[in-house]
Amino acid sequence: MTTMATTESRWSSGLSPFGMSWQKLMMWWFIVTDALLFAGFLGGYGFSRLGSENWPPAEKFFSLTYLTVMTFVLISSSATMACAVAAARAGDRAAVAKFTGYTMLGGIGFLGMQVYEWAHFISQGGRPWAVPEGLDARFGSYFFLVTGFHGTHVLIGVLILLVVMLRARAGRFTANGVEVAGLYWHFVDLVWVFIFGCFYLI
Amino acid sequence: MEHQGFFRKYVFSYDHKVIGIQYLVTAMVMAIVAGGLAVIIRTRLAWPGVGAKALPPEAYISFVTMHGTLMVFFVVSLALSGLANFLIPLQIGARDMAYPFLNMLSYWTIVPACLIMLASFFVQGGAAAAGWTAYPPLSAVKEAVPGSGLGQTLWLLGMAIFIFSFTMGGLNFLTTILNLRTRGMTMRRMPITMWGFLVATVLAILSFPPLTAAALMLLADRHLDTSFFVTDMLIGGKYRALGDGTPLLFQHLFWFLGHPEVYVLVLPCICMVFDILPVFTRRPIFGYRPSVYSMLVIGVLSMIVWGHHMFVTGMNPYVGKYFSIATVIITAPFSVLGVNLLASLWRARMRFATPMLFALAVISAVGLGGFGGLFLGTMTSDIYFHDTYFVVGHFHLMIGTVTLLSIFGATYFWFPKMFGRLMDERLGRWHFWLTAGPMITIFVLMHMQGLGGMVRRTYDPSIYGYNQMNSVLRLPITFLAFLLFAAQSIFLWNFTRSIFRGAKATANPWEATTLEWVAPSPPPHGNFGDVLPVVHRFAYEYSPGEGQADFVPQTVEKTA
Repeated sequence: MTTMATTESRWSSGLSPFGMSWQKLMMWWFIVTDALLFAGFLGGYGFSRLGSENWPPAEKFFSLTYLTVMTFVLISSSATMACAVAAARAGDRAAVAKFTGYTMLGGIGFLGMQVYEWAHFISQGGRPWAVPEGLDARFGSYFFLVTGFHGTHVLIGVLILLVVMLRARAGRFTANGVEVAGLYWHFVDLVWVFIFGCFYLI
Repeated sequence: MEHQGFFRKYVFSYDHKVIGIQYLVTAMVMAIVAGGLAVIIRTRLAWPGVGAKALPPEAYISFVTMHGTLMVFFVVSLALSGLANFLIPLQIGARDMAYPFLNMLSYWTIVPACLIMLASFFVQGGAAAAGWTAYPPLSAVKEAVPGSGLGQTLWLLGMAIFIFSFTMGGLNFLTTILNLRTRGMTMRRMPITMWGFLVATVLAILSFPPLTAAALMLLADRHLDTSFFVTDMLIGGKYRALGDGTPLLFQHLFWFLGHPEVYVLVLPCICMVFDILPVFTRRPIFGYRPSVYSMLVIGVLSMIVWGHHMFVTGMNPYVGKYFSIATVIITAPFSVLGVNLLASLWRARMRFATPMLFALAVISAVGLGGFGGLFLGTMTSDIYFHDTYFVVGHFHLMIGTVTLLSIFGATYFWFPKMFGRLMDERLGRWHFWLTAGPMITIFVLMHMQGLGGMVRRTYDPSIYGYNQMNSVLRLPITFLAFLLFAAQSIFLWNFTRSIFRGAKATANPWEATTLEWVAPSPPPHGNFGDVLPVVHRFAYEYSPGEGQADFVPQTVEKTA
């Protein structure tokens, strides 16, 4: 025991075992914990849906085409975010501001479409506590809870991007900072893919 | 170091050591409340029928609920957060946490959570009364019991804020341990306490979010008329159409957190005992690496056994069998930890200081508590023991006795590093015997009551004829509980007095090897002066060989 050899690996010390800054490492762990929050929601959703006898089919209330466009908008914003991160690495101030701006637009566009989606469902009689025609009310509960929670994440993401954009304009940005914001944004997009799959496709 | 104002230095401090002590003191305050509730509960059980007006059944069940909630989340968890805050940067050789501001924020978020929990006693209907598990429908339907009203809403709010704060703290612990180790401090040279906090934090970060999800869904059930967890049922004799949900879903989400939470609390405590032992046995601990691997295995297994809390919910017996087998498998790595604790005493040259006494008591509590767990993990016997005092005795041994005794030991042990003074040894011994003795006796006796069939959460156990046998044990347990509670005043007095009047401590009063003892007592802001220490060896080099010093600190260079 006492003569344990020093291994010159990344895990030794004095540098991060994963070769990243503490900010990025912390964001990764945050993403893990936040992913489990959504896993809790979606797990509950699956549990309730499998045990239900009158779960409404999604196409009854929602247009899959519309949702595909919505998803496309959000996924595209991930692509512009990747451009922003690349620009930040290259130190191109104007490009960082431009691409985070595009990403924000994507996020805001998605949120707007989400609002329309909610209004549409509400106009059909959908409520957090009820679904028309006596179908399982929990469909409405999960829909508003999960999409609402995801929408909040997008909104927070847009605010973070606003800060990144303003800082980039002022020339006060680091490649690392933009990348950490980008990680969060990609995560929010990825979660949407799962929600899209669980609520509308299956 | 520039001069800092009082508020910057002691209240809104970024310094991990100050934040750690803030956590510890908060935990002590909450412990007085939670312990006081236990005394009230025991009084009720000892003399049923007396003073029913002063403590009606609704208040009793609400006190039981709050005792559990406060002890698990606001005493043990907070005390461990405090010790983690204090120890992590010192033991790995860092100047502070990775993100000191977030660290301060996590403490100042926990304060409102504590206040909300305490305030809930004074609202209409009283504090939450659905058990610390907050099972629906009691927690979901506002009219179910008086505590299901505003008290339950505040409970959920308090828990949500608690989880938020715990997550912020946890992210800091993890990042710091992984990224901020000083030169030479490899993962395998870390004091084992660091491994304990690392595994515990990963578990907390993975298991708490589903409870957050459940809490939000429960809030929606209460205030938005959703039906995630409620179904059509009779409430107060009246039929209520509440929807198509199922309380079972809440139990799954709750225990997905609830079981790993046990290990979040217990693993760091066992590891702190591992750290205390070698200092007072003057021997390296036995089996450092097997212990670390066992903890990793326990961590993985603890995430997939939550169903053993739900054997009587009517789940499919095959599912129950799986949970049963997986649970019993945990015995294997856990026994490795237990045996390593015992084997660390082999050929010891014992020094019986107060921290060592507590460490030894923890070893016996681990054995006793773990033994009862076998019967509760096995479905066949659990169906009989479920909801009896056998369960109460078991979990109090594991997440009550093991954790609290270990936290006391750790406080006596690291007190000189916190305040630069030693705690009084004579008072410490009195405190030890009057704490460990009653504590272990009470919970072992509760196992007996459970074997006799005494059920939990009962306001007046004497209404069941078969409980006559158990009434023999009721009074002794209650008197021991009084003694236990009173004995804590010795600790509080010793703690407070020693901060100002204790004997001055040197930098390394226990002759220990790990990094925190290289820093001055108490360490200044930044911990290690101008140059960070460099680590050259394993954490436990005691009695390394003939003709050498009794102990070799980690910072001493190796000679050829």
